[in-house]
Amino acid sequence: MRLCDMTMHALHDLLENGEVSSEEITRSVLERIEETEGMIQSFLNLAPEEEALARARQADRMIRDARRQGSAISPVAGIPIAIKDNMCTRGIPTTCGSAILSEFVPPYDATVVKRLVDGGAVMIGKTNMDEFAMGSSTENSRFHPTRNPWDPSRVPGGSSGGSAAAVAAGEAVAALGSDTGGSVRQPASFCSVVGLKPTYGRVSRYGLVAFASSLDQIGPLTRDVRDCAMVMNVIAGPDPMDSTCVSEPAPDYTGFLDRGVRGLRIGLPREYFGPGMDPEVRSLVEGAVRALEGLGAEVIDVTLPHSEYALATYYLVAPAEASSNLARYDGIRYGLRARGSQDVVSLMKRTRSEGFGPEVKRRIMLGTYALSSGYYDAYYLKALKVRTLLRQDLANAFERCDCVVSPTSPTVPFKLGERVEDPLAMYLSDIYTITANLTGAPAVSVPCGFSSGLPCGIHFVGRLFEEGTLIRIAHTLEGALGIADMRPSVAGRRDA
Amino acid sequence: MASEYETVVGIEVHAELLTESKVFCGCPTRFGAAPNTQTCPICLGMPGVLPVLNKRALEFTIRTALALNCQVAEFSKFDRKNYFYPDLPKNYQISQYDLPIGRNGYLDIDVDGEQKRIRIRRVHLEEETGKSLHAGEDIIAATHSLVDFNRAGIPLMEIVSEADMRSADEARAYLNKLRSVLLAIGVSDCKMEEGSMRCEANVSVRPVGASEFGTQTELKNIASFRAVHRAIEFEAARQIALLKSGEHVTRETRHWDDERGETVRMRGKEEAHDYRYFPEPDLVPLEIGREWVESIRESMPELPDARRGRYVRELGIPEYDAGLIADSPAMTRFFEEAVGLGGDAREIAKWMLGELSAALNASGGDFESCPVRPSHLVETLSLIKTGRISGKIAKSVLEDIFGTGRSPEEIVRERGLVQISDEAQLVAVVDKVIAANPGPVSDFRGGKEKALTFLVGQVMKETRGRANPEATNRILRERLAEGTGR
Ligand SMILES: [Zn+2]
Repeated sequence: MRLCDMTMHALHDLLENGEVSSEEITRSVLERIEETEGMIQSFLNLAPEEEALARARQADRMIRDARRQGSAISPVAGIPIAIKDNMCTRGIPTTCGSAILSEFVPPYDATVVKRLVDGGAVMIGKTNMDEFAMGSSTENSRFHPTRNPWDPSRVPGGSSGGSAAAVAAGEAVAALGSDTGGSVRQPASFCSVVGLKPTYGRVSRYGLVAFASSLDQIGPLTRDVRDCAMVMNVIAGPDPMDSTCVSEPAPDYTGFLDRGVRGLRIGLPREYFGPGMDPEVRSLVEGAVRALEGLGAEVIDVTLPHSEYALATYYLVAPAEASSNLARYDGIRYGLRARGSQDVVSLMKRTRSEGFGPEVKRRIMLGTYALSSGYYDAYYLKALKVRTLLRQDLANAFERCDCVVSPTSPTVPFKLGERVEDPLAMYLSDIYTITANLTGAPAVSVPCGFSSGLPCGIHFVGRLFEEGTLIRIAHTLEGALGIADMRPSVAGRRDA
Repeated sequence: MASEYETVVGIEVHAELLTESKVFCGCPTRFGAAPNTQTCPICLGMPGVLPVLNKRALEFTIRTALALNCQVAEFSKFDRKNYFYPDLPKNYQISQYDLPIGRNGYLDIDVDGEQKRIRIRRVHLEEETGKSLHAGEDIIAATHSLVDFNRAGIPLMEIVSEADMRSADEARAYLNKLRSVLLAIGVSDCKMEEGSMRCEANVSVRPVGASEFGTQTELKNIASFRAVHRAIEFEAARQIALLKSGEHVTRETRHWDDERGETVRMRGKEEAHDYRYFPEPDLVPLEIGREWVESIRESMPELPDARRGRYVRELGIPEYDAGLIADSPAMTRFFEEAVGLGGDAREIAKWMLGELSAALNASGGDFESCPVRPSHLVETLSLIKTGRISGKIAKSVLEDIFGTGRSPEEIVRERGLVQISDEAQLVAVVDKVIAANPGPVSDFRGGKEKALTFLVGQVMKETRGRANPEATNRILRERLAEGTGR
């Protein structure tokens, strides 16, 4: 196995023991990018090779010093990591996959980026995404689509498709994505990596370009669950720059990895396992649940009676907040400014007409409508009430079980272009993941097998701030299934 | 006749809070800095940034709510007010919609010696916007516009009254009183000329005795208290004229043109904004602890009304004078300091409102920067009391201090102003005056009391005002009586 295909924790051990340098790891990743990026196109902006290597050498010095002093090194030290292009990076363009921000270079780092950089991570590049994180396939990027490393004719999922594809293809050892309705977990499922959406308020959103503020959460995309826990240890915790971030410190997530599932109860929501679920996806998920049962978990039936309203609620709340969050892109202060305007109103109109893509415009219009006076009570307020009911549903379920299980996505990865003209079909990709965002609950997607060679993920939702329980379950399952080492054979398939 | 109609006024005041830093970031709030030097990614609304509430701004708003006798919300939140404007960095303003910090309060005002209670509907906290500068004659002719965001994000408090005022005079009295309260509790400097205090008036008229309100217009861009008064008078007259000619008042926003002295239509109701308010998801809802509110209440300084009452009750200052001093923080500080130095409170108030106010008015200064310090005034008053100078001399001494800042003792000594009370010295001057003015002397002796005033004046002239007036009077009478053999 090449260095670029190894897990972060394996590389961390090698770095700690001085058996390998960050420079070697980084070179390996850069070589893989050279081989595969032409086809996969995970990145919107790659760090110049010399810059990446310079960071790696700096990390090597940091690691050497720590070893000499006998102090611990950060789990991300010397590890090449990719960042979704909606997290601000000082001096490095942050475009959100949008023409309107194509020229935007933030003067500051997002808190998560700062924590990774301070920990000695080697920032390898900014990854592709659906414009402003709106989409489930990464085809809505204004620059180019990303391809699924397991089958380049298919999508990697979205909107963090670039981050998921990069980790799956060996173009980065780990990555950060953002999840507003499933945008970390669904691409994790499509690319056969681990994706965690932490509890709302567990990871600072400072520097994450907002899509829907009350739903957005940053999460790791990693090769296995241990890596996920290790990245969480670096990025989670209070931040004075984000008052929606809780003040309680985060626990050591690696401490949950090996606790097993004996005594845990897994809830199977009746509403999710009804007719209509793809039979192959169903059998993979049920197989995984049986495996957990075999390891001591108890499986019970639960009910989430308001599930059928979750998608509609999401498509009111998220566009409403987005319509407001995206109002600042008007050509006045930064980013794109349309030419040829005679007055400020036409300047704003033209900039926004040219700068935003069709999906973003669709959601801005939906959101503006839902918030406008006369419709607010019927739509937005009603959605907030349903949100409360969904929270209550989960709270009721969690009185009887420790997590709720489902597939991550109703299907395996679909073909590029297949759903571009059908937004409603695209929206259905998020049907299992959306409730976690509406309720703030933590959720994880873990690979659970392949259907005709295409990845499938299983999805667990936990109690608020109990990411540890999810890590426990996911890690146990991962050990039982033994598929975490599988990598797509993308190498050498350039221009295939 | 205008008296067939009654004017109804409600006032909205925006006051910038005197915090060190902005409401959602750490930028400074100083006035007059070079454009865009007091900004950061947060107050510029850059992608990805989040607001974090300045607790001091919240405390100032609570303090105001308490001073205006409002109920302070236990639970409150911020909302987004969405509209597009080039000087609004995020194209939404973080404000408060349905749950303001304070509501249902009141402020008592005095108009023509009568007290009246004006109800306060709400007090809430929001962020200030930036400022557009148009390069050219006016906004239409400008070749380009520039935006200064130094002001963006300064905490701004909105105070909304009920439509309880019935005249321009009441509106002005309300604003004066509100300003004196805000100044007393130190939350705003209330400088209309610097834009840190702004007001809008909602004006309507109705037949006297009617219970329904008439259609109101909203007056904007009013730059001084005087302009408020003029604008309301103009607008009420305009509305009355409309109604009298059988037309109706249109609900609209009007701009006050101070130069032309009239209101001009800005936009109608049909063009009104749909602000699409919704709860601000980037800030956690506010749980305002009762203990905190009580500790703020306890730390509140004395408010103008209470202060005035105390001055009247305990110091014997006339009601009107006490009000003038109590309403001005600078005068209050001056007065309290002077009284603290052991001066006679009534004399201090009299001199402050008389000589000193006149001098300050003439020079355009205020009590904060007055060259005559409280210690100077107290010293001067004690010179009068001990008979070393006369009241008249005291005026000249204060004038001298005003110009030079020297101490009264020094002035009196150097200019030789000490009052002459010495009997022998005065008798000599009096005799000289009697000898030199046979006419008035015989007039007085013939029963014309008035002639004595002339003779006193002559003595004063001889002594350059230094003669003790009482002693001079007495000696003159004695010497004049002697001469007649009486
Ligand atoms: Zn700032």
